[in-house]
Amino acid sequence: MQKIYNRIIQISGNVVTVEAKDIGYRDLAEISSKKGKSLAQVIRIDGEHIYLQVFAGSQGVSTGDKVRFLGHAMRVSFSENLLGRIFNGAGLPRDNGPRLEENMIEIGGPPVNPAKRIIPDKMVRTGIPMIDVFNSLVESQKLPIFSVPGEPYNEVLARIAMQAEVDLIILGGMGLKYDDYLFFRDTLDKHGSLSRSIFFVHTASDPTVECLLVPDISLAVAEEFALKGKRVLVLLTDMTNFCDALKEISITMEQIPSNRGYPGDLYSQLAARYEKAVDFDTAGSITTLAVTTMPGDDVTHPVPDNTGYITEGQFYLRNKSIEPFGSLSRLKQQVNGKTRKDHRTIMDRMIQLFADYRSTLEKQAMGFHMSEWDKKLLQYGKMFEEKMMNLSMNIPLEKALDLGWQIMADNFEPVETGIKTDLIKEFWPKK
Amino acid sequence: MRRGEIVGINGNMVVAEFSDYVVQNEVAYIVHGEERLKGEVIRVRGNRAELQVYEDTKGLMVREKVEFTDELLSVELGPGLLGQIFDGLQNPLPQLAKECGFFLKRGVYIEALPDKVKWEFTPSAKKGDRVKSGSKLGSVKEGIFDHWIMVPFGLSGDLEVESIVAKGKYDLKYVISKLKDEQGRIHEAMMQQIWPVKIPITAYNERLKPEKTIVTKIRIIDTLMPVALGGTYCVPGPFGSGKTVLQQLISKHAEVDIVIVAACGERAGEVVETLRTFPELVDPKTSRPLMERTVIICNTSSMPVAARESSVYTAVTIAEYYRQMGLNVLLLADSTSRWAQAMREMSGRLEEIPGEEAFPAYLETRIASFYERAGLVRLRDESTASVTIGGTVSPAGGNFEEPVTQATLKVVGAFHGLSRDRSNARKYPAIDPLESWSKYKSFIDENEIKKAHDILKKGHEVEQMMKVVGEEGTSLEDFIVYLKAEFVDAVYLQQNAFDEVDAATIEERQKYVFNVIYKILDRELSFDSKDTARRFFQGLRQNFIEWNSIEWKTDAFTRKEKDIEKAVSERINRAKDI
Repeated sequence: MQKIYNRIIQISGNVVTVEAKDIGYRDLAEISSKKGKSLAQVIRIDGEHIYLQVFAGSQGVSTGDKVRFLGHAMRVSFSENLLGRIFNGAGLPRDNGPRLEENMIEIGGPPVNPAKRIIPDKMVRTGIPMIDVFNSLVESQKLPIFSVPGEPYNEVLARIAMQAEVDLIILGGMGLKYDDYLFFRDTLDKHGSLSRSIFFVHTASDPTVECLLVPDISLAVAEEFALKGKRVLVLLTDMTNFCDALKEISITMEQIPSNRGYPGDLYSQLAARYEKAVDFDTAGSITTLAVTTMPGDDVTHPVPDNTGYITEGQFYLRNKSIEPFGSLSRLKQQVNGKTRKDHRTIMDRMIQLFADYRSTLEKQAMGFHMSEWDKKLLQYGKMFEEKMMNLSMNIPLEKALDLGWQIMADNFEPVETGIKTDLIKEFWPKK
Repeated sequence: MRRGEIVGINGNMVVAEFSDYVVQNEVAYIVHGEERLKGEVIRVRGNRAELQVYEDTKGLMVREKVEFTDELLSVELGPGLLGQIFDGLQNPLPQLAKECGFFLKRGVYIEALPDKVKWEFTPSAKKGDRVKSGSKLGSVKEGIFDHWIMVPFGLSGDLEVESIVAKGKYDLKYVISKLKDEQGRIHEAMMQQIWPVKIPITAYNERLKPEKTIVTKIRIIDTLMPVALGGTYCVPGPFGSGKTVLQQLISKHAEVDIVIVAACGERAGEVVETLRTFPELVDPKTSRPLMERTVIICNTSSMPVAARESSVYTAVTIAEYYRQMGLNVLLLADSTSRWAQAMREMSGRLEEIPGEEAFPAYLETRIASFYERAGLVRLRDESTASVTIGGTVSPAGGNFEEPVTQATLKVVGAFHGLSRDRSNARKYPAIDPLESWSKYKSFIDENEIKKAHDILKKGHEVEQMMKVVGEEGTSLEDFIVYLKAEFVDAVYLQQNAFDEVDAATIEERQKYVFNVIYKILDRELSFDSKDTARRFFQGLRQNFIEWNSIEWKTDAFTRKEKDIEKAVSERINRAKDI
């Protein structure tokens, strides 16, 4: 039985308080105001005071409005009919398609039992050398792209989405610019990927609270598909907006902030979402790529900082390329031992030499004399930047490794690379 | 049974009204339909008890019943713990998976040690023996270990064995012995003991000062900043600096009897690696799977936060239990920052006045009392045993000035600070050799270590100076020191975790190789130019790295050593000519 109440006793931020009885924690309610109907969720119960977070915002809600409790938590329809469709953060159609109401599943379900997880071991090839060679992406990995606003992060995301070998793509957009939303739609459409995609998009002009639902709703759907054996790629952009929405609500609820206004449970909140990435031992998998924009290019900002502790590595996007330092795929060791035997060596040595190149650059900038070694490094570094770091490269891993050997042979004597003799014998390009 | 009623819900904090009385920190269950959700009383105000609930509180309602149990949060101790994977409340995860499938269903609790299983008990005490809490009564075989059954830790004073069963098979709850205390009261002892996690087990004679070094087989640790049996250390580092990989390596290679891994609020994937690979990896010391000496307590980041808070206590209690049997136990907690954050979340919900960065004011005392549970002890039978605690810290923003790192540094005996610069340059393990310290003694001669350390320090200074004055402004002499420092770093301090041989270096080999390196460091080497010096060290480094991945005491090992000796002596001969 659904109960209707109309004693709203407090409206503060996007949280309204209503007097009601027998309400379950985190249940949904529907508020009917002059503005229309909006869903809301119970976020705190204190005796008969029920605190509701209103999805469409509290603007225009009056103290006399009707609140109808639905007796269940947030749900989303799950079926094959979702494919190719576009929804908003509350799960309502954003395209002109019909509303889906069959087979409703609850969002924000329980965590996976660690004992049921398996060690991921399938590489996702992307054709981008900076990823495939240096930081391989692995099925079931959760990886953020740390980026300054203004970098082409959504382009990179879209490109990985199109080239990665997965069964379906779920895009969760949070605070997305309308242009970016159209960009994703059109790009995937052009490559014929739209029919295997599902969009849950909250744009910058939509109510803040809806933004909070996007990751949960996207991941709940992804989980169901994964349980049915599908390999799902979830793209979340931009998680910083999600965190800012969390901040807004927690401040409204008068919670004590921990760091720069963000709530103390930011880590747990993020982890609950990212940890949904999984490889089920007898079913499919979820791989998550998320964009985290770093305010002020500051990686110690609470959002990228907490994210980095949760995810299995990160890609730094800087000057339109994936930065070799700091970028890390923690799972790469699971796959790069099985590709080609020179893979790890190329990966390690090229980066170490590139690090030497960077410090030589510093020396050069300060006007110091360049030794023979410095000159070699400068030439090497330049070649590495031009050939390896170029994001528009689309070559298979093996070709990229060969390219690595070529770049080293063009600049160094074998002994200067510090690579073991047997590998040098086998792979060093003959002149 | 005492009952109460829910009057408020905020996240995982539930407020319940009671009419009788409640006990601080007692366990309470919330009855939600068929489900019973576990919680703990953490504050009492008037007739309201505030509970932290160890489960998701979705769907709970006001007026639902709460049952108070009179028991503190406890763990079950007894044979059968080794090789297990528990969550923070000691639920065995594989059994949960069997029962509930892929997901962790809330409100499902499974006994940690199955009551029905029978163990072959061999008594060692006999009727009339004088015993104390923690004295051995007999043993069962648990894998490779003699698992001692002891006088219950909670009994005080002198006791007399009134009766003890004969050798035979008994289940965990069978009374194997009756003990008479000084007042003539009879106490029963079973193979299973229940112990509250937040209270240390102190049924031993005395605590001793940790002296002996643990061999972790990580060269930089054992040589420069060792850890003693019964000591404590912490590993702070920004994300991506290799904390967890380091902990995993130590859990695999450390020369101790038992390893307890507490995965506290970190990635599930990392635990999976441990729990999937350990049953297959063989411990070279015992030739048995590593899993047989390991207990995993796993409360990963997406599992309920309150249980995360208790998981480190569950882990340390199990560690103390095995110490009571005369074993050396290593507890690895990854990460203590997540545990501190769990405290912070609860403190926030309780609306306590926050300390620095919103951590509760009692953060420091909690951290200190956790690390204080480590220690080397003399047991009732005069043998010694230890619990060593190593905790990782995940400082916000990689800044060691934050409250958790600072509170931890005050109480630990060794500090292995990881540096982002080193990990960016792929120098693993990324422990900063200059910042880190240890109060314990290494198995390598102190003066030689000092010499190596001095060269590292000087080399670093030269490197910094070179950034300002350039290579040409640096004297050849200084430049050689710099190259020497780089050399030690590359071939000794760094270790390739993915190379089967290099990943773990035994004590004997460490001493041997360090000696070879020390001789090179100690020698006056002269070169005609910086380029020849650089080339010499590049070649030497190459040889050493290859040497590092050759198996100890093989022909190839000796051959490579000869090559190195030859290269070095040539350089010395040439030095004489000039």
